[in-house]
Amino acid sequence: MRKSTSNSLLILGLFLVLLFLLNISTGSVNISISEIIASLLGYSKDSIGSQIVWDFRLPKAATCILAGAGLGAGGLMMQTFFRNPLAGPDVLGLSSGASLMVAITILAQSALPFWASGINQWAVAIASSGGASLVFFIVIAAAQKLKDNSSLLIIGMMVAAFASSLVSVMQFLSKAEDLQAFMIWTLGSAGATSWREIQIMTVIVFIGLAISSICVKALNSWFMGEQYSKSIGVNIKRARFWIVFSTCLMVGSITAFCGPIAFVGLAVPHLVKLLIPTNNHKILLPAVSLGGSILLLACDTLAQLPGSTQILPLNAVTSFIGAPVLIWVVLRNKRKFLNSR
Amino acid sequence: MREQYTFIKMDQLVLGYSPTENNILFKNINLCLKGGQLVCFMGSNGIGKSTLIRTLAGLQKPVSGKISYPEKEPGVEIEKWVSLVLTERITVSNMTVYELVSFGRYPYLFWDLKLSAEDKKIIGEAIISTGIGSIINKKVDELSDGQMQLALIARALAQNTPVLLLDEPTAHLDLNNRVEIMRLLRNVARTMNKAILVATHELDLALQTADVLWLASSQKSIEVGIPEDLVLNGTLHKIFDLKGFDLKTGKINHEPFRKTEINLIGNGDELIWTKNALDREGYSIDKNASTTVELIHNEKKMGWLITTPIFTKQANSIQELLDKLSTSIELS
Repeated sequence: MRKSTSNSLLILGLFLVLLFLLNISTGSVNISISEIIASLLGYSKDSIGSQIVWDFRLPKAATCILAGAGLGAGGLMMQTFFRNPLAGPDVLGLSSGASLMVAITILAQSALPFWASGINQWAVAIASSGGASLVFFIVIAAAQKLKDNSSLLIIGMMVAAFASSLVSVMQFLSKAEDLQAFMIWTLGSAGATSWREIQIMTVIVFIGLAISSICVKALNSWFMGEQYSKSIGVNIKRARFWIVFSTCLMVGSITAFCGPIAFVGLAVPHLVKLLIPTNNHKILLPAVSLGGSILLLACDTLAQLPGSTQILPLNAVTSFIGAPVLIWVVLRNKRKFLNSR
Repeated sequence: MREQYTFIKMDQLVLGYSPTENNILFKNINLCLKGGQLVCFMGSNGIGKSTLIRTLAGLQKPVSGKISYPEKEPGVEIEKWVSLVLTERITVSNMTVYELVSFGRYPYLFWDLKLSAEDKKIIGEAIISTGIGSIINKKVDELSDGQMQLALIARALAQNTPVLLLDEPTAHLDLNNRVEIMRLLRNVARTMNKAILVATHELDLALQTADVLWLASSQKSIEVGIPEDLVLNGTLHKIFDLKGFDLKTGKINHEPFRKTEINLIGNGDELIWTKNALDREGYSIDKNASTTVELIHNEKKMGWLITTPIFTKQANSIQELLDKLSTSIELS
């Protein structure tokens, strides 16, 4: 069992390397493999190919890896946390909260002239994290009151609906060019990040993953319920806070830099659990992080439509893969449910 | 007599949802749990058994009063002193029984969850003493109710605490599994010198296995005593308001609705079961009766010889005996 688990992790790691290479070797400009390798190793620093690799493809691939890892881990933690296989940052309205704050930041600049001076990537990032955090703390406050998963999901969705309605009002009232900037943000992209932003994201995602790995004990025992977990020395209150905090940190910042990327956080934990059937988060967390990176790299590679100069929005591709996976998981659970009756 | 350590002590304990009279479950409880003792805690549904268990485990605060753990050294966490088996249903996929049992070691592990040789030894012992060695690689969601309870008890044993509190561990189980679990707890209490508290509805099992009974009465108090005393002094009868269950014989009372009296002669298990059948069928047993039923032990076979003033018949099973008795009565 232990051997097959480490084998699976190894396979995931190999897949990641493979997809990373595939991802950076595809794009609208044809660059030969030898040139890519040469530029990666720093031999042909001045060529255009090298510039494209270092300034566009590598940052994009790195962003995919970081965002995928964070979203995968966040999705896993939320599904464990709510003991609900369909939970995820999207369902709980995190992305909607982020959208609302970003919409305020981008769209309100024409309405509030004094506001405009601060609009840049960073303002968008801060607004997005703030929005995601706000929604999460609303959901968490409700979680502590309700202790009932389905009502909590309803609250998350209602918060999302509320945020969306405000966003649509703002869209209706805003100028065309602001609207377009906002729309592009909502479609999700891994290609808009600079190396500086990648540094920040790396730090945040690693902090998030570090916190989540300290929560492994709590996450593992979460399925037993609060009473049992307490009886084996898990500090539920503290665990609740840190699980929420790390998810919020990772998902908020990823949404800030890449926009709301749908479905990765939802689908990856299910796919990984198929490969490694365990409840042990000590194994699952690194596995979903790898899995998330792989899925996002794959989606991004497809989004570039290899062989053409067209690029699809990232969210279109992730949902294209994510939605069928989700349907399949529901069908599978239903069958299991009926069998156990 | 063996020295008995007091592992949990309650002083003037008041339990409830809030201090108002209506929301109080138990008042001024002064009890203790001692090592080596199996205590069965009985009372009707909703009377507060689970609340007391949660309070003793430190999961919930009492309204007033004090719980102390006299033998516990200061600084030892409660999770290393008290382990639990609760009524909450556990649903988890992708987990083996061994993994479930190993959760008992969580209070002793760091965040990296690495099991030491010592941890593995204790888990192994818990598995052996609950007899679940053959199912340790089975998935938890494939277990039967009885296996699930054994696995949960193994998990609690792996926690290696002096006190073990179980909330209705035999609910939803068949008689065989109920007996198995009570016997297991009985043995664990004695051999490992643990204090075990079992909240249960199983009066007959509790009477035969418990060292001490706690009976939750409707006056918000808990009556305490050894089972035999509580039976003979009528406390059990009063609290349970028994309807046709004869505590002194451990059987259900039958009214003799037939007029026929039977003189039953014989010995051994067969006599007991023959008597049960005759009781159930409404015959009364009387030494001076004119109808006799005699048990005959042959080489391999059992037989029943019916003798009345009019005839003599033989039966090869209790069913045949009952048939022949009732037809002969109708004839006469």
